[in-house]
Amino acid sequence: MTKQDIINQVSSRASLSRTKAEEAVETVIELIKESLGHGEPVILRRFGTFQVRAKTKRIGRNPKTGEEAEISARKVVRFKSGKHFKQAVNEDE
Amino acid sequence: MLFKRLDFIDFNAILSARIYSCQFHQKYRWAGGLLMTKAELVEKVANQIDLTKKQTEVVVNTVFQSITESLSEGKKVELRGFGSFRIRERNARVGRNPKSGDKVDVPAKKVPFFKAGKELRELVDGE
Repeated sequence: MTKQDIINQVSSRASLSRTKAEEAVETVIELIKESLGHGEPVILRRFGTFQVRAKTKRIGRNPKTGEEAEISARKVVRFKSGKHFKQAVNEDE
Repeated sequence: MLFKRLDFIDFNAILSARIYSCQFHQKYRWAGGLLMTKAELVEKVANQIDLTKKQTEVVVNTVFQSITESLSEGKKVELRGFGSFRIRERNARVGRNPKSGDKVDVPAKKVPFFKAGKELRELVDGE
């Protein structure tokens, strides 16, 4: 599934034109990105939480050559799925 | 003998104190609008693109619902510039109840997994 599929779904369920639906979906994604860019978590009930976490630097290893290399301190996005999302994924059997 | 001595330490109290301090820490950090909820997201989107709040709510719900539906059908979701959602399988394992120490069988399960895209990774890491 790609952004286009989501846009199609939004357009039919919210009865919006495709252009408007596309604009809406892009805006949703942009705003989430913007919030995370400021280091602010995004909490979406049922779906999950996006959070920025700081990682300290550590010594990693190139899995191919076995060489050691320092991995610098960095910030990463972590997603923790919500209860509903987890349940939905496990429901199929 | 050693057992008797350990009785003086109230492990439950230590554990709950730690859990409490974590919760407090989170609340403290997230207080004062330093986070975004769905309601806020809806409001911002509605303001930016001239839709009613009702319509925007349907839009936001649909976006996350269709991601959920797609993954529960086993199909991964890729959003250019943002990231991708897919399913990771977890094997069955024997876990332990951290309070009582009893063994518990944890069945195999699927968990949703999000991997940030390049653009998002760079945005978050940049400074």
